[in-house]
Order: sequence, then C-alpha cells, then structure tokens
Amino acid sequence: MDSGLPEGSRGSGDWISGNGHVCRLEGLLSPSSYRFEILEKERLSESVVRMVIRAPLVAASARPGQFLLIRPQERSERIPLTISHADRARGTITIIFQEVGATTRELGALEEGQQVKDLVGPLGTPSDIRRFGTVACVGGGVGIAVMLPVARALKHAGNRVVGIIGARTKDLLILEREMREASDELIVMTDDGSYGSRGLVTEALAGLAERERVDHCYAIGPLPMMHAVCRLTREKGIPTTVSLDPVMVDGTGMCGGCRVTVGGEAKFTCVDGPEFDGHLVDWDTLRARKTIYREEERAALEARSGKA
Amino acid sequence: MPEQDPQTRARNFEEVALGYTEEMAVEEAARCLACKNKPCVRGCPVNIDIPAFIQLVAERRFREAAEVVAQANALAAVCGRVCPQEEQCEKYCVMARVNGPVAIGRLERFVADWARENVAHNGDRPQPAPDAQRVAVVGSGPAGLTCAGDLAARGYRVCVFEALHELGGVLRYGIPEFRLPRSILDAQIESIRRMGVEFYTNTVVGRTFTIQQLLESGFDAVFIGTGAGAPVFLNIPGEELNGVYAANEFLTRVNLMKAKDFPLEGTPLKRPRRCAVIGAGNTAMDAARTALRLGAEEVTIVYRRSREEMPARAEEVHHAEEEGVKFQLLTNPVEFLGDENGWLKKMRCIRMELGEPDESGRRRPHPVPGSEFEMEVDTAIIAVGQTPNPLIRQTTEGLAVEKWGGIVVDEQTGATSIPGVFAGGDVATGAATVITAMGAGRRSAIAIDEYLKSKRGAG
Repeated sequence: MDSGLPEGSRGSGDWISGNGHVCRLEGLLSPSSYRFEILEKERLSESVVRMVIRAPLVAASARPGQFLLIRPQERSERIPLTISHADRARGTITIIFQEVGATTRELGALEEGQQVKDLVGPLGTPSDIRRFGTVACVGGGVGIAVMLPVARALKHAGNRVVGIIGARTKDLLILEREMREASDELIVMTDDGSYGSRGLVTEALAGLAERERVDHCYAIGPLPMMHAVCRLTREKGIPTTVSLDPVMVDGTGMCGGCRVTVGGEAKFTCVDGPEFDGHLVDWDTLRARKTIYREEERAALEARSGKA
Repeated sequence: MPEQDPQTRARNFEEVALGYTEEMAVEEAARCLACKNKPCVRGCPVNIDIPAFIQLVAERRFREAAEVVAQANALAAVCGRVCPQEEQCEKYCVMARVNGPVAIGRLERFVADWARENVAHNGDRPQPAPDAQRVAVVGSGPAGLTCAGDLAARGYRVCVFEALHELGGVLRYGIPEFRLPRSILDAQIESIRRMGVEFYTNTVVGRTFTIQQLLESGFDAVFIGTGAGAPVFLNIPGEELNGVYAANEFLTRVNLMKAKDFPLEGTPLKRPRRCAVIGAGNTAMDAARTALRLGAEEVTIVYRRSREEMPARAEEVHHAEEEGVKFQLLTNPVEFLGDENGWLKKMRCIRMELGEPDESGRRRPHPVPGSEFEMEVDTAIIAVGQTPNPLIRQTTEGLAVEKWGGIVVDEQTGATSIPGVFAGGDVATGAATVITAMGAGRRSAIAIDEYLKSKRGAG
C-alpha cells in the first residue's frame, strides 16, 4: 500500500532495532500528518480490537515499550494505549485494545476510513532492551499486545525468549501466532483449560524456572497477574520488569495523576515508566489508585448506553 | 468594575468580573494625567504606550485605542484579566497617591473586548514569502504565542508546536474560565493565527521529535516556551492516597478536559466535599474557587506563612474570601490519612510561627512543637509550585540548564547555550506570571529577528 508520504520524509529502518536514521521532518510537518485515519480494523476477540492508524510522525520515532494518548472523539477522555507496532515506511502505528470502558468503546465504534480526534506520542521511556540470556515474556489477556513488541525486540537483541501467554478461555486468547514467531518457545495457558494447558501463567513460569535458568522476566497483563508473577520471581531471584497503566491525563509529566510508588519513591508512569522494576512497585497503592474513578466509569458507560 | 454577586458566582463558571461599560471606561480614562515621562510604561513588561491608549479612550476613540494596545500586546484581552497590574503599571501611576491608580488593567481589558466585538477583521492571512526563514516555537502558552505573533509580523514563517490537543498552554489548562472565558482565549489565539502563524497540536517536542531534528529539518531558529508544568509535591506520608491531587491535575481535568460536564464529557473528577488547598498563590486560589464551583461544602486554603506573605494577587484572595473560601494560615500539613481502601479521610497539620527572614526576604515559618491537629477532608489539592517539564532538557544535547531544571538563558535575548535556540517564560525563570512570560517571548522575538538577519547576511 502506498504510504502517501512525501519523498525523502519516509522513515527508514526498523522500529524494533532502532537502526536507520529517523526521517527528516520537512515533508511530514503538514496538517495531513495530523489526520489520524484508521486504515485497518480487525476484531481479535469479542472485545479486543486491533487498529492500524496513520500517524507518520509518531511511527518515525516510536520504540517498543512506548505508548500513545488517544482521544477518539471531541468529548472523549484521553486514554493511554501501548504501541503494538510501528511501520515507519508506511507511516502507521498499530494499537490493540479491549473495549472495557466508555472511551475504549467509543474508539472501538470507529470504522476504517474514519479518524480518531487526537493522537499524541510516542510517550514514555522505551523498553531497556539488553542481552539478558533467557527471558521469560509473560503476557496476560490484552497485555499480550503490550508484550509482543518487547518480546520481538528482546529476541532481536539475541535473547532466548520463552513466551508464556494466558487468557481466561480460548476465545479471549490473542496474538498467539505472533508471539510464537517472537519466541524461541511458547507456552499457552487458559484458566479453563479450553486451549493450551489449564492453569495460570504463574504456574507455567514456575515450571519453566524449575527446568531451566531464567535470567530476566517481563510481566505484562492485569494487575493481579503482574503482582503474582513478581511474588514468584522475587522468591526465585529473577529480576522482573512490569509495564503499568494507571490513570493518566496529559502523559507528559504535567498532572502527576499517574504517580506510583516504586522503591519508596513517587514516580510518574508517563515519563519515568511505563516499565518499572516489578519487585520495587507498591502494588497495594497502585491497586487503590486504579479504582479511583470506578463509580464514574460505570456512570459514563450507563450515560453512553442510555444515549444509544 | 461590576462583578457577579459572590454567592451566585461561587456556584457557576461564568466570568466573575463583568467589565466596564463605555461610559465607565471614558470616566476612568479621564482620570489619567498623561504624564510626559510615562512612569506606568516602565512597569509594563511589554511596553504598551499606556497614556496614549488611555487618552484615546477618554476621547471615545476606542478603535484607535485598541490599535495602540495591540501593537504592543497580542493578548491584551488576556492580560487585562490576569496581569498583576497592582505590581506593574498601576504601581507607578502618580494617581496612586491621590485617590488610587488609574485602572489601567481594566481599561486594557475594555479596549480589547471592544475591538473584538466591534472591529471586523478582513479575513486575509498574510502569507510569509516562500523563501522566508523558518522559526519553530515550542509551547503555545503566553511566551510562545507572543514570540510567534511577533515573528510572524516580521515576515517569518512560524510553526508553533503544542503537546496538548488544545492551544494556550497554562491559559487553557491552568487558568479557570471564570477568570478567563474560553471564548476570549479562542479569539486571541485566532488573531495570532490570522497573522500567519501555523499551529500543530498533539506534538510533544522531546518525544514526537527533538529540537535537534527541528534544526536539521529546515528551521533556522527555535524558541522554547514550554513553561513550568511539572507539579511539586509535598513529599509527606499519604500523598499517594485517592483524593490527593496536584493542582495541575485538578485544574487540567476541569479546564482542559471539562470534567465539570462529566459524563457528557468523558473525563471524570471526584466532586470535592470537604476540600483543603495547600499553598496560597494564584494557582491555589484558582483551585479553591474551582472546588467551590464544583459544589464543595467547605474549601480551606492551608498556608504555612501568614496573610502578608501570600503570593496570590490581593484581588484573587479577596474574590476567594468573598465566595466563602476559608483560610487556615500558619498551618502546614504533615501527613495525609486514608481509609483501608486508600481514600483520603483526614489531613494532619501542624501550627507554624514566623521567625527570621529567609533568602526570599519573607519570614521563615517554624513548626510549633506539640501543635498537631487533624482536619477532616476528602480532597486535598497541592498548589505549592511547579517546575519546568524535564522532557526537553533530557532530550536536547548541549542545552545548559540550572540545577533546579530551568534553561540557562541570556536575560536580554533568551539565547541558550545552543546557537539558534532561544527560550523564555517559566521554563527559564521558574513559575512566574503570564505577562513576564509574554515579555520574555517578545524580547526573544527581537533577538531571533537579529540572529536570523545576521544569518541571512552571512549566507
């Protein structure tokens, strides 16, 4: 597909490796770079949607681990979503999200050819990709979409990647093929045993750590899953990186709403993170902070479904 | 100047001060003695020819008066509302010693509003010459808007980059609409757009691209006006509790994201019931008055020094008091206390007393031993200052910064340690006022003009 980008301004190199120089801006600094058109939309499961969106300036500088803030419509909240893929030559980014609240549903209601109102990024600090040795990449639920580019980058850096992905049930499991490609070995878990092995990702990780040396662990998924993985890896002495997604407004370090306690210090997820040492995260505080707008989220959903 | 009744306005977001009528403006303008040496102009960071415009108002030549102001100030309707005139132009007015200074700020507001309502713009937008040199302005707050407007007027091609999805910087996310109505701000930005300035929102310089990339991509100079947007916390126990906000977050949710209209607007906010605002600057007053308007039963300013040291404008303090904000002075919070689910319930405070003056010249507060007490609160808003956002300094190689994070600049020109890169406003001075930032933007525009002229000559 033609990117429609001006000659000489196309990004080069690969977003995973970071090789290749980043494009010159001249051709990209035009209003057309700010029309965030949805080029592809696909449902990965009943409530998980994948979208490819035109955003050449963001694609040109995005690295694995970074995120975007998206405002689907004029009145929407700004929500953070991880960049699952960036195609520099085509000038697109890919997001994968679960329709859980009012804003993700507004986003999921948009169709190919429509535009998201606002999109800004890449935000956050890219993943610190090193050659660790053997890395367990544990992804749960829609967190697998966040895990995928990190797993790819880890593999590219020469690590042995063991992917461990899990979902409640087979129909909710996403990106299995992609994770298999990104991993040297892939273990699939479902809570109900409808696919792969029955059980939790932590059980698979414990099994892996019994059988071979694991030098580093990445855990990305629901908060209880990340917390459970961290309890296990702390016991086993495996350094662990997690990716957090607390409540956020501006995404540039301005509001302090996304502060989390890491190693006894307040950190801003949007600029210091989103990845942190999972063994230093104060999980109880984070859990409480994530519930701050639970009632309002319910009200927003009701208000929106009432209108429909 | 007429104002909305305090009881009524404390529950709405309409503008508090209603502005002069023509008759009132003419009458006030007649008080100006038109001093030859223009002491008032010395107090104006952007050098408006104050006696000239006031004489024109006295003669009912409002359009010409507005032109005089606009020549020096592209944001006059904003400045007429938010400038601390009592410490600037009006402080030097000779009438101050007679029966009060001429109300220069109110007259500035009057002529800017009059022009907006009565002067139709012709709609054409000057196009810079195809070979015009290009300037990137980072940040669309008061410094950036002023610098951009001044440079466009000199024929440069100017692009402004803004991180948020709307323009205006602190004028948009920080200052509430009851002090600066959105329609006024929109009109002021539109007038700068009409000067030929191009605006790009949704662009975080330092992340989307860097200053270096701008310089390598055809921009001949860069002005950094990114303000002081990073919140300062108290670093006391319990600050992570739900219900404890930085003023920035609280105000951004209401002002930029329009959370008062949730759920029609998507961004939520917990409605404060018993609210403490820590700090006594203009931001603290804005937060306190916003909390009242969101329906809070009780709003208290908690400040560690006394009334005399409060950094807010006297008018803002007066407005807050009239509306029912309480003041708990010589008091400092030491801990936030929450319930088992992580929600703020109480704030433990300690009484303070003033000792010897500190480096700021204000008397240093000391805790009074054994004077701790608790306040019952569900919302605490921390408004004790802001520092520059670290993104630009972290991503711009060779940019010299102060220990506290501000960019090192030449005070007159705003020149930084990188040739062709200038900076001004709060990012260089630390949190100050709208008009100081505008003054810096203006001085940098002059310096950038000179820099680009010499670059042309050399080229």
